[in-house]
Amino acid sequence: MYLLSQSAKYIFIFLLLLFAIRDYTFLIKKDEEKKKRILGSQIRVLFLTTLLGFSLILLNSFSIMNAFLLAGILLYFGITLVCYRLIYPRASMLLVNNMLMLLSIGFIMITRLNSSQGLKQFIIAAGGTVIAFIVPVIIRKLRVLSSLTWLYAAIGILALLGVLALARISGGAKLSISVGGITIQFSELVKITFVFFLAAKLSADISFRSVAVATAVAAIHVGILVLSTDLGTALVFFVAYLVIVYVATRRPLYPVAGLIAGSAASVGAFHLFSHVKQRVVAWKDPFSVYDTSGYQIVQGLFAIGAGGWFGTGLYLGKPTTIPVATKDFIFAAICEEFGTVFCICLLLVCMSMYLLIVSLSMTIQNRFYRLVSIGLGTEYAFQVFLTVGGVTKFIPMTGITLPLVSYGGSSVISTIIMLAIIQGLYILREDESAA
Amino acid sequence: MRKRKPKQTDLGPDVFPGMTDAGIGSDAPDDLYDTDGFPDEDLYDYDEEDDDLTDEDLYAALRRGEDDFDEDDEEEEDDAFDDRDDSYAPAEGRRRIRDSGPYLFISISFALIFLLLMGHLVYFNLKMKDEILNSPYNRRQNAQADLVRRGRILSSDGMTLARTETDDEGNESRVYPYANEYAHVVGYTTHGKSGLESIANYQLLTSHSNIIDQIINEFLKRKSPGDDVVSTLNAGLQDAAWSALGDYRGAVVVLNPKTGAVLAMVAKPNFDPNTLAYVWDDMVSDPTNSQLVNRATQGLYPPGSTFKIITALTYYRLHHTFDGFDYECTGEFTIDDLTVHCYKGAVHGVEDLTYAFAHSCNTAFSQLGLDLGISRLSNTALKMLFNEPMPIELNASRSRWQLTSDSSDIDLVQTAFGQGKTLVTPLHMALISAAIANDGVLMKPYLIDHVQNTSGDVISRTKPSAYRTLLTKDEAEGLTTLMEAVVNEGSGNELSGRSYQVAGKTGSAEYTKSDGTIGTHSWFIGFTNPDDPDLAFAILAENGGAGSTTAVPIASSILRSYYGE
Repeated sequence: MYLLSQSAKYIFIFLLLLFAIRDYTFLIKKDEEKKKRILGSQIRVLFLTTLLGFSLILLNSFSIMNAFLLAGILLYFGITLVCYRLIYPRASMLLVNNMLMLLSIGFIMITRLNSSQGLKQFIIAAGGTVIAFIVPVIIRKLRVLSSLTWLYAAIGILALLGVLALARISGGAKLSISVGGITIQFSELVKITFVFFLAAKLSADISFRSVAVATAVAAIHVGILVLSTDLGTALVFFVAYLVIVYVATRRPLYPVAGLIAGSAASVGAFHLFSHVKQRVVAWKDPFSVYDTSGYQIVQGLFAIGAGGWFGTGLYLGKPTTIPVATKDFIFAAICEEFGTVFCICLLLVCMSMYLLIVSLSMTIQNRFYRLVSIGLGTEYAFQVFLTVGGVTKFIPMTGITLPLVSYGGSSVISTIIMLAIIQGLYILREDESAA
Repeated sequence: MRKRKPKQTDLGPDVFPGMTDAGIGSDAPDDLYDTDGFPDEDLYDYDEEDDDLTDEDLYAALRRGEDDFDEDDEEEEDDAFDDRDDSYAPAEGRRRIRDSGPYLFISISFALIFLLLMGHLVYFNLKMKDEILNSPYNRRQNAQADLVRRGRILSSDGMTLARTETDDEGNESRVYPYANEYAHVVGYTTHGKSGLESIANYQLLTSHSNIIDQIINEFLKRKSPGDDVVSTLNAGLQDAAWSALGDYRGAVVVLNPKTGAVLAMVAKPNFDPNTLAYVWDDMVSDPTNSQLVNRATQGLYPPGSTFKIITALTYYRLHHTFDGFDYECTGEFTIDDLTVHCYKGAVHGVEDLTYAFAHSCNTAFSQLGLDLGISRLSNTALKMLFNEPMPIELNASRSRWQLTSDSSDIDLVQTAFGQGKTLVTPLHMALISAAIANDGVLMKPYLIDHVQNTSGDVISRTKPSAYRTLLTKDEAEGLTTLMEAVVNEGSGNELSGRSYQVAGKTGSAEYTKSDGTIGTHSWFIGFTNPDDPDLAFAILAENGGAGSTTAVPIASSILRSYYGE
């Protein structure tokens, strides 16, 4: 068993490295035959990784449920890959591959930490993917999407106010609502409406007045999020806003002014809100506040350090000692058992996702669609940066999950839908140009 | 960076049958947008009413000039833009975004922050990891013991102080060749860890042997050899201190005042770490047993006359000289109900401060304390690490300063000559000596000189660092003169006339024994060769009598051995 885990960790690294390299060669390669082969080899890596990971899980803690879970996951991957080819042959298959690979790593790590959460994650991801298949159709049919500007703003602000009220009542502990056993995190939904609002507003009009209005609405979103202590999401919104405004106006002055205003606001927030201050203190010297706000980050750092370059091997580390290991700190858990090299490859995959989304966006002609696409992609990329940076003590911890990898229903569904929207817009663009 | 034409592979049959290819490649209908410069509204209204046909028009229009009219919208009259428009004649491949600048910029920005993250991960593994893992909060270290054979602890002169032996069946045992001699400072690994075994736990359980060997070892489930920790302890000096202290309970601390390196640390009574596991339960269950207490760092004793250093320093801080204090000792000093005698009923007669210090005159220092007052004395003491954690990684007690503004004159007088409620550790007194020797700068004491892998390559080395400046250079030189007088003409006379100069202060600290009688702890603290100091020390022998009768001879024996006389 020990020997297996030991050898497996090097195989995992090799597989993910291969996958990441394929991501980049795909972006460079022009030859369609070669691209097809790259996609094929990535799919093989995906299945191998999943099989190897779950073999170790089954060997270490055999249960019928885990066996079914493996079968379910393989079936889900297979069906997703086939369906995309049948229904949306023009979708970016590279994006699909990346999404499934990240989900696979998440499934393995979550199931290893907590197998019932692994099962839940799988069900949610599969459900999300079913919705994802409908999304391009909705986009195609609903031509009015770009004119619902104020509806998006209204939904976003109302939903966030709901969260704020909830946070106030529960003393900042709860940021979600449970309905019939399913936890809904409204900020995840608002991530989408927020981008839609900005895209709609700025695709129609990029006059100074319009930008000012967009800025005001964005500031309300971000402000409510800061008040409800959801700093991570607030930052994600802020950066998405900067990028969308920049891409829409092509004026570097706007994002630069935005950055300056944002920095000033952060300094203000630091002095005004104790929860912001706490995070900064815990970042600067987590050991000084070990018993309180520094505890999580210190446990995460111990895990990353214990893993070293190549990791301890699956089941040979102690990632269960990390608080919220399946959610905010999943990156630390992966670092511990899969190693830093593996995690760097994981970051390479996330980075290629973003580059891919940007390059997909560039080929979309419709301004509104293009801004939506780039906005959603930016939210994804910046969320990865915040969570990984926070866990590794590169930046203060903002309490946000690693998209697709972390356990969490709303986050997984919203990310899958975000990617589906990007796919939908991309497919539409392929339609427009089909010669 | 221009996007290429969309790739062909993914272009399957049309999924949406309503879509036709009309309009593609045809000239764009310029009038659609040139009329008002901003046609979006019209177009989208149209859109809702009639789906497919308008789509094509819309797309064609967007394809042709979307980006153009974005700019036109803002700067319609701008000639520069008109020029650019001309260069973009409607043609076949006009499906690209005209200006990819912002995309390129955000791609590079995000790629950069991702690369920064990866760089940070690499940096973390190279530079930050060891320090973080070494945190005492880290409970994972013990898991390392399954992968790494605990390294050795060596003295600076190459003696093995602790090593791990593995028998044929793979059982490991920790062996301490010197048994009791290093008990407290090297520590133990049964029932928790102490001493160097605790401080250097991470290094001992980390292997920096060849990485290939380590990977092979991992596969064979063989343990990699942990790194060796070379301590600052000098085995020759430790031997000398060990035998010089003899059968006394007490402690000897010797350090290098210029670096802070701890050269010897002996505490008696102690234990044999080799057999500690067998006697642990008995030891712990007996409340009178103090074998596990490291008296060098944890023992709290009245400082006796060694405290006169602090009192003299307070006088110097007030007057910037030791001159000007004259006193006639009659062997007795009375304040309120308290009568102070000089040790063994000595009568010192007319004396100045240097003489009173050298001969440890209690009555003169009683008067001096009264003259200086509580607040001045407190100020000096509190800047000399009293009531503060000792700057050392070993478990150490805080010395206690209990004089407050509410204290009586009796308390003040007793404190001024080293009795009263003040309590100090031998380590603390050694650090005060070291600071005086080092021109007032206290170097942070340390026990690990360097860490090396099994092939002897140095992995890390402790860099000496200043902890704090306790007194000024002038003050340090002044006190040195007083302390030299102790040896040259006073209570430390036994150490005079050697090939090395000694500066020190004796102490005879009275305490109440458990049977109610009065006992005297014997103290001697100081340093050698004031011009270029090499050793600073504190010696305490419990119930050893006057400083000059017990502690000074112990110092003498240690120094003779060290300087090879």
